[in-house]
Amino acid sequence: MEKSGSIDSLGSKRSSSRQPSVDSLSSASTSRSDRSAQAKPPSAMSSDSVATSTELSPELRVRKPACHVLRDSSKEEPQLLPNEIVQDMAKDVTYICPFIGPLRGTLTVTNYRLFFNCIDRDPAFVLDLPLGVVSRVEKIGGASSRGDVSYGLVCKDMRNLRFAHKQMDDTLRKSIFEVLMKFAFPVSNGLQIFSFEYGQVFPENGWKVYDALTEYKRQGIPNESWRITKVNDHYELCDTYPSTLVVPVNIPDEELKRVAAFRAKGRIPVLSWIHPESQATVTRCSQPMVGVNGKRSKEDEKYLQAIMDANAQSHKLFIFDARPSVNAAANKMKGGGYESEDAYQNAELVFLDIHNIHVMRESLRKLKDVVYPNIEESHWLSNLESTHWLEHIKLILAGALRIADKVESGKTSVVVHCSDGWDRTAQLTSLAMLMLDGYYRTIRGFEVLLEKEWLSFGHRFQLRIGHGDKNHTDADRSPVFIQFIDCVWQMTRQFPAAFEFNEYFLVTILDHLYSCLFGTFLCNSEQQRVKEEIPKKTVSLWSYINSQLEEFTNPLYVNYSNHVLFPVVSLRHLELWVGYYIRWNPRMRPQEPVHQRYKELLAKRAELQKRVEELQREVTNRSASSSSERAGSPTRSITPVQTFV
Amino acid sequence: MLSLGSGGGKSAKPSFVSYVTPEEINSEKDTPKEEKHPDLLPGEVVFCSASTVLKLTQDELSQRGTFGTLLCTNFRVSFISDEETGEETAPLFKNKLYGENDIPLSCVDNIYGGYEDKRKLVTGSQVKNKYPSKIIIHCKDLRVFQFALTFCKEEDAKRIFQGIVHHCLEPKSLKNIFAFSFCENTAFPGMLGNVCFTKLVHNMQQRTMMFDSAEDWAQDLKRTKGSCRLVTENANFGLSPNLPQYFIVPESVSEADMTLFQGKGLPIWCWSHHSGCALFKTSNLPLQQEDNVPQSYMEKMLTAVAHNYLYSVKTEDLSDTLPTVQDIQLSYSKFKQFFFIDSTTDFWVSDMKWFSSLDNCGWLDIIRSCLQKAMEVVECLEKENNNVLIMEDGGSDLCCVISSLAQLMLDSYYRTLQGFQSLVQKEWVAGGHNFLDRCNQLHLKDKENVSPVFLLFLECVWQLLQQYGPAFQFSETYLTVLSDSIHVPVFSTFLFNSQHHRASILRADSSHSQRGTLNCPTVWDWSVQFDCKAQQLFINPLYAEKPKLDKSMRRPHRPKHQRQLSLPSATFKTPPKKGFFKDETDSLKKILRVKRISRWMLSPDSPQPSSTSREFYEAWQRKPLDYHGLLLPCLDGPAVRIWMQRYLRWIQEVQIFGGGLVTVLSKVSDLLDEVQELQRQLDRHSSSLTSNHQRPRPRPISAETDSRLSVLLSSSFPFTTLKNNWSYKPAIPTGLLQSLMNSGNLADTEDDDQESLVRA
Repeated sequence: MEKSGSIDSLGSKRSSSRQPSVDSLSSASTSRSDRSAQAKPPSAMSSDSVATSTELSPELRVRKPACHVLRDSSKEEPQLLPNEIVQDMAKDVTYICPFIGPLRGTLTVTNYRLFFNCIDRDPAFVLDLPLGVVSRVEKIGGASSRGDVSYGLVCKDMRNLRFAHKQMDDTLRKSIFEVLMKFAFPVSNGLQIFSFEYGQVFPENGWKVYDALTEYKRQGIPNESWRITKVNDHYELCDTYPSTLVVPVNIPDEELKRVAAFRAKGRIPVLSWIHPESQATVTRCSQPMVGVNGKRSKEDEKYLQAIMDANAQSHKLFIFDARPSVNAAANKMKGGGYESEDAYQNAELVFLDIHNIHVMRESLRKLKDVVYPNIEESHWLSNLESTHWLEHIKLILAGALRIADKVESGKTSVVVHCSDGWDRTAQLTSLAMLMLDGYYRTIRGFEVLLEKEWLSFGHRFQLRIGHGDKNHTDADRSPVFIQFIDCVWQMTRQFPAAFEFNEYFLVTILDHLYSCLFGTFLCNSEQQRVKEEIPKKTVSLWSYINSQLEEFTNPLYVNYSNHVLFPVVSLRHLELWVGYYIRWNPRMRPQEPVHQRYKELLAKRAELQKRVEELQREVTNRSASSSSERAGSPTRSITPVQTFV
Repeated sequence: MLSLGSGGGKSAKPSFVSYVTPEEINSEKDTPKEEKHPDLLPGEVVFCSASTVLKLTQDELSQRGTFGTLLCTNFRVSFISDEETGEETAPLFKNKLYGENDIPLSCVDNIYGGYEDKRKLVTGSQVKNKYPSKIIIHCKDLRVFQFALTFCKEEDAKRIFQGIVHHCLEPKSLKNIFAFSFCENTAFPGMLGNVCFTKLVHNMQQRTMMFDSAEDWAQDLKRTKGSCRLVTENANFGLSPNLPQYFIVPESVSEADMTLFQGKGLPIWCWSHHSGCALFKTSNLPLQQEDNVPQSYMEKMLTAVAHNYLYSVKTEDLSDTLPTVQDIQLSYSKFKQFFFIDSTTDFWVSDMKWFSSLDNCGWLDIIRSCLQKAMEVVECLEKENNNVLIMEDGGSDLCCVISSLAQLMLDSYYRTLQGFQSLVQKEWVAGGHNFLDRCNQLHLKDKENVSPVFLLFLECVWQLLQQYGPAFQFSETYLTVLSDSIHVPVFSTFLFNSQHHRASILRADSSHSQRGTLNCPTVWDWSVQFDCKAQQLFINPLYAEKPKLDKSMRRPHRPKHQRQLSLPSATFKTPPKKGFFKDETDSLKKILRVKRISRWMLSPDSPQPSSTSREFYEAWQRKPLDYHGLLLPCLDGPAVRIWMQRYLRWIQEVQIFGGGLVTVLSKVSDLLDEVQELQRQLDRHSSSLTSNHQRPRPRPISAETDSRLSVLLSSSFPFTTLKNNWSYKPAIPTGLLQSLMNSGNLADTEDDDQESLVRA
């Protein structure tokens, strides 16, 4: 992704004498500020400005009181996770921090993380990042006049790190960075990804969060129009689809196979979501194999008719093709294409103009240039516009909005596809479902949504992220999932009370998208995950999250129940997610005053309630003893926090 | 194009939309209807009116709207719908002076005439016998109205058009401003408007200080422990009409000094830092003087300032380093244009280049540069403990902006509601900001003096507020309403150019009137506009009240080391300044060096300006945030934002239904109410228990907030409320296709998934 990689910009442009302090930022790499010091949650990452080194393992927070933090941080070694092993350690390494300047300290590399510790400062400076975050390691230039060798680490999470150390006297000895390279890219070096070794046990088992049958049952499926088919039980119909699929009742399995032949990669239209009242559905698939000659498939046409007929409220079907029409047309040259309105009676085709993974990758690269390490002083907004990042976000949200609007307001069923139906399609269906169904706006519901629309339907996480793979220029890498989370964040900004989870939850998901600590985002499909026995051999991210839900809960959450959320997709209401993209910059002070204030008031209310009760008792006692006067007015009963709806 | 028009299902139709086609109406409207009047205010007179005017809904492409009567009075342009709906539920946030279909005359920004497909800016004089088919009015509070005259009688149409144009655009005399006839016919009890807030004022000044008396100044000087001299000799403007009635100068300034240049060049005290150093402002001396009187006068004044504390002074000529009032006006007139949306198509077209448009108009940069400058002043006071003298040509524009911003950052008193109002009184009203000219209340054609300087200040305050919400007692809504009130021609606050101007006008006026001096309300008389319940929305529920016992907040922060530092110049383009003052300073520099002033300004080899204040900001940021202590704004790109509530509130397309910050703030308010109720109970109980009086702890907000807040609010709350139910039609962008065409070849490459297939 970083051809023009900003190694040059790795260097420090400022020489401020910033001192990180424990107070200024928590060890978590998020912008949450209302976490109490004690409940400092362990993140897989920690920011530059962190002085603590202890809270690395998800369960440590329970065991380690905050008072130990500072002392522990003076240790040279990190607190190791289960089965984490130190591979190399080097003293007198300089970390060239773009915000603080050069820092000299000790660098430790384990099979999971990079750990840099500078104890000369007060408070100590600690840099702690999982190796999974590293996209590329590069030796920069030759030895300098002072005999230093310098290395640049380009990270997947919007930062670059630069280190230097003295030229080795012993030429035989490997530089620590060579060791680092080995463990940062285990797949390329014939090693195992750390998730397979990490053996932490959590109270909750995240692998049990999603069960396809349960989720479809929640939606009321099977019903008179939709059935659950086992035709893909062994991934024979489609190897990138889940084993459990929901299809129209009147299409037998045999016909599904013929439909599969006409859809790219066999990804036939299947149900993602059904409206509880109107029975309008969201179905997803890949492009039809129309080709230059305009091939047709009777079975496919009948199939789409069946999807339309399953919804008695509407005699129309909307097909949303996520691509720009030009790209969709270009796909005909390779056998793909889009549904012609001649062939599909009563169907209306709409292109949503969302660009492909390469455009998105380039856009994020430009964004990184604009925000890291320093935010360009002049013309910030023009620079932001030139990255097109928010424009892409707008298009994705607008597409999802149109889908949700058709289903909710138009009571019309929709079919969504792009080319293969695992990138843009996943973004669109999951966002539309988030707008339509309040269940997905809870923490568990959101986990289900990810498990279902992204993981089980074969978004190719391994390829898009490149876990443990050193081939950083791989054209398959793309921030498709980050865009989705960004869109979710935009929605939480617009509806701050409608989501049960908070910003920290979203950032944590993105952090562990790269960390390779949990098995959740490994592999490309359900089939691969089953084959690799991921649920057996690794820990789910949801195990960690669900074991400490409070950390991830939005205190202001109001259950909107059946309300549909229609976000405003105008750029006037979209903003750059500073808490994720610019979180390394210490100048951006994280803020959540509303949450903080709310929690303070809750605590105050509890305290006052207690005191009122005590006093009431006392008053009653006194008035009992001296019955001259009646005890004060009857207490107004304090209602619990009201939820509107 | 996208066949989305009709599928809307249960879209919430505004109640006033008429679906009768204009033709149908036309035929039945032959009989003249009875003329309607709004509830006229005291002293309000109707000039002209026309019936059968069609008020169009926002989207100009659809010709839908409501029929009614359009009137022009000496206060407003008013539209009264024929379809008075029965459900007159008084909106929560109702302005008592004007309603949602009223436009106060001075609130009119521009009038356009719509002729078939074209529209032309109406400048006033050209209207004789012609009238357009449509009147489009852009308001200074960003509302847009469109009235079709096609259905009313030609005579009426002509008259109402000319009337509106005349009364909104033609110059008028100050006496013709509505405030005067309004006040003559109304008795105002004075500053009782704050009755709604009395509960929340505690151990602070209980009222807004007007700074029209020596006591107010003395009190503020005492509060900040300043050691300067209060001048009362100008109470009747005997010293100079250019100076305020009361003001404070450095101790060593003599009375002769005050009159020498009619008050120009005289350092006026603004605020004293707890260390002893203080902020002063002054207007520049006239440049044309060739002799060295001004020079020696200036030296004397600088010395006087320097004597205030530790013999140090830094000066900053704001005319050199900040945009001029003309720059500000130019930038704002470009900026505001983005919010006058005539049609949905317009909206989505402008959405594509939204960020660069904002960037190009430079408004946010101006805000940034003002905050930056204020921060530099704060650094001098807080970190260097130097006296600071800011100056500019007039001494009452950017000086007001910078000095009041610096005080807001340094002094948490000014972040309370009463404190903020006092600050505006001190720096702007008493400080002689030319409100009358800057706001063009008289509709003068020569717009050279017009500039939204005060609005710029409010914008800067809003930036601080959105960055540090818990530090402010007042809310965003308060600031928005205050910015609207500038253009409600009722308040004395914004009608005059100076205290002297005000005094002379009112004195002259009262000689005609039988009732003695006119008693115009000030804008702080909020009850003139809003009832108590609405005023509750002025209070910020996030406000973190000052812990009671904590007196240590004002402990001086001693910097570890003092650097040689000059006041840096801002990043904003610096207009080349005529050489005079520069030379002056050079010679002054020599003199002052002799006098052992260790530090001085404007040395050419000063360190990079932004890096020093950057360090100051970062050093401050490392410390834990104290909402009652020093506040410094973050000025990095993403931190400076658009004041969404003010600018986007009327635009249908950007209303987030069921969303917006209000949904969470309402929860906080509710909880706050409960906590206060508990507190009251506790106080009751404890006072019934013990005989010694525990003073009840006062707290903001006491009203019941029950019904106002629910999921059914929109992000534009409280300015527009969702009238019907939850469902509505989402705003779906049109014409997205063009926007990304310049994405380069990547977009044209084959689609992703095909490529990756090869690999897999």
